[in-house]
Amino acid sequence: MVEPATATQAAAPAVPQLKDELDIVIPTIRNLDFLEMWRPFFQPYHLIIVQDGDPSKTIKVPDGFDYELYNRNDINRILGPKASCISFKDSACRCFGYMVSKKKYIFTIDDDCFVAKDPSGKAINALEQHIKNLLSPSTPFFFNTLYDPYRDGADFVRGYPFSLREGVPTAVSHGLWLNIPDYDAPTQLVKPLERNTRFVDAILTIPKGTLFPMCGMNLAFDRELIGPAMYFGLMGDGQPIGRYDDMWAGWCTKVICDHLGLGVKTGLPYIYHSKASNPFVNLRKEYKGIFWQEEIIPFFQQAALPKDCTRVQKCYIELAKQVKAKLSKVDPYFDKLAEAMVTWIEAWDELNPTGAALPNGKAK
Amino acid sequence: MRTPPCLLSLTLDSAVLNLSNITDLSPLPDHILIELFLRTLRAGKLTERVLKLFIATGKDEVFSLIQALNIQVTVNPVLPTRALNFDLTSFMNVWRPIFSRFHLTIVKDPDLKEELKIPEGFNLDVYKEPDIDRVVGTSTSIIFSGYACRYFGYLVSRKKYIISMDDDCLPAKDNKGFLVDAVAQHITNLTTPATPFFFNTLYDHFTEGADFVRGYPFSLRNGVTCALSCGLWHNLADFDAPTQALKPEERNSLYVDAVLTVPARTLMPISGINIAFNRDLVGPALLPCFRLATEGKFRWETMEDIWSGMCVKVICDHLGLGVKTGLPYVWRNDRGDAIASLRKEWEGVKMMEEAVPFFQSVRLPQEATTAEDCVIEVANAVKEKLGSKDPVFAHTAKAMLDWVKLWKSVGGSSSSPGA
Repeated sequence: MVEPATATQAAAPAVPQLKDELDIVIPTIRNLDFLEMWRPFFQPYHLIIVQDGDPSKTIKVPDGFDYELYNRNDINRILGPKASCISFKDSACRCFGYMVSKKKYIFTIDDDCFVAKDPSGKAINALEQHIKNLLSPSTPFFFNTLYDPYRDGADFVRGYPFSLREGVPTAVSHGLWLNIPDYDAPTQLVKPLERNTRFVDAILTIPKGTLFPMCGMNLAFDRELIGPAMYFGLMGDGQPIGRYDDMWAGWCTKVICDHLGLGVKTGLPYIYHSKASNPFVNLRKEYKGIFWQEEIIPFFQQAALPKDCTRVQKCYIELAKQVKAKLSKVDPYFDKLAEAMVTWIEAWDELNPTGAALPNGKAK
Repeated sequence: MRTPPCLLSLTLDSAVLNLSNITDLSPLPDHILIELFLRTLRAGKLTERVLKLFIATGKDEVFSLIQALNIQVTVNPVLPTRALNFDLTSFMNVWRPIFSRFHLTIVKDPDLKEELKIPEGFNLDVYKEPDIDRVVGTSTSIIFSGYACRYFGYLVSRKKYIISMDDDCLPAKDNKGFLVDAVAQHITNLTTPATPFFFNTLYDHFTEGADFVRGYPFSLRNGVTCALSCGLWHNLADFDAPTQALKPEERNSLYVDAVLTVPARTLMPISGINIAFNRDLVGPALLPCFRLATEGKFRWETMEDIWSGMCVKVICDHLGLGVKTGLPYVWRNDRGDAIASLRKEWEGVKMMEEAVPFFQSVRLPQEATTAEDCVIEVANAVKEKLGSKDPVFAHTAKAMLDWVKLWKSVGGSSSSPGA
């Protein structure tokens, strides 16, 4: 039986790393009570809260946190017509938070994710581990059988080419979940009681050329290296599909990271995922995605970006072109999505002019 | 109140647990023999050796049971063990509960002059230099000495699965403190599908409590046959000499409770210390062909398994077979002086810089559908692209072709086409 940690007080680090360089982006529609448990780990950091759903509802943020909060009205006001690329009534709206952030790093977490315990019973500071992952190199060109070689107590194994031991910068750190696993609706229906109790004490780089399902529940990334690729697509209200926001962002991100020689890590840290969403509701959201992904995956596996795409934005626009060209025959949704991808980049560049260093937005 | 089990029942349960130490079942009365047979079957411990024990009693009831239950002899692992030390007593004894279930193959390094000491109670074949010479003749360029002697074991085995372990490895403990049955884990890895085309973030979905995560395409969930299972090492990890010399106190104690499929087209260093493979599918692809001029007697003075491993991975990728890595762990004894080995290691390190780009770019033609065909293609490519860079590569290419010839003539039926 796996349980969340309760005594997190003692575990807070003496000096919170990257305090002024990292924002925590949290989408929410309910409340932010879960922040109480994360307080010792999160309090030193600036939060960006993206309120989904009814903007007239007030989301109470626990005292003592430094935050800015955006609801749908804010998103419409700030982006104007470009707000159409931000999903409504879906946690995909979180990517608005990435766009307005002024920091180098982003950590995003769902509001039903709590602090997990490692096998010794110690509370896991997920943020600290993500930072470690992002600040140490990745090794996408050759697989190290002892996993992350930069970890204490680990190293490159015999046969690992020395020329590849410096690694590449890490753009994404993908964490995992104990308790409720991130299954799709059909699997949830067949195994409603399955819980992930296995603590796999490893971080590894996902090799170049390999795609993976990126879950947005417990995710961190270097915004300067890969931010514009983290568009979470058109989901939720008025869209034919849901629960593929993070998947879409993950596939785009991985293709671009592979092209630019950046690394993506997966594994530690674990968080404790407490809420199982309704599998019947999920099935309705995912239904089309289950068929579409059979076309989408080969598309991404074969996607090639031209050599002159050296900036993320350029890579992303190029991908959008290819989505329009190759996936619109699957469904007209992809036409809309391709356009939204371009709108997203335009909005990103507008809010993030190169060279400007801006202070945090104010809390609402 | 539940009736406690009778003494006979407890005895039978104890017998099932200690089957590895039983060599003769004929003194048992018939009804006890049958009950023992059924309990052994239920406990999943009816291995080939144990089945033979029951058959050897000559009792009709046992035969009728075997027929009625349609029990067939399943393939069993073979363990070629390279003998660096001549005294294998402690090694074999510590593995006895696990090894005694199977038929073992021990290959004696021709460079080892002393006689091997092997404890009693094992079902095994031992191959020494005269046996090797008799089987392969003297015309081959393959040298079965040092760590490469184990490939002779692979060559003469006729079993479907082979598990290969260095003789400085002991059973490891898992994170709950229980001894790991490395053989059982390797078999599980080899008999459950691999998933090389898309990465599952919860790792091998065939472990209990894990499954494919959201976003994993359904069409890829059947997986492919796993042809190779690579285990890991506690205590002395398989580091190269420079790394070990730099960190002489470093010992690996981390137990990573996962098995994962190495994605297609991703290369990795495959260590020969603790591996298992499907001989039918990829037997010829594990090859003793890459010999450093200064190859030595310690693992970090060799690269033969690394070369062999890259060949196997490229061939598996081409044939659509899977390679898994992770569990099981073995405990590896301290041995050797890394600093002394540094000078020998350097040559291997340099060659890896040439070998890796070669393997990353080599492409095999569609017509190559068996492991033998693939080895020949790789050998030709090695000769063409690497032969001029270093005489070791040219020699390796020739040795690979010789190996295929040897495999075809001595290795029994040719391997099955890839899945």
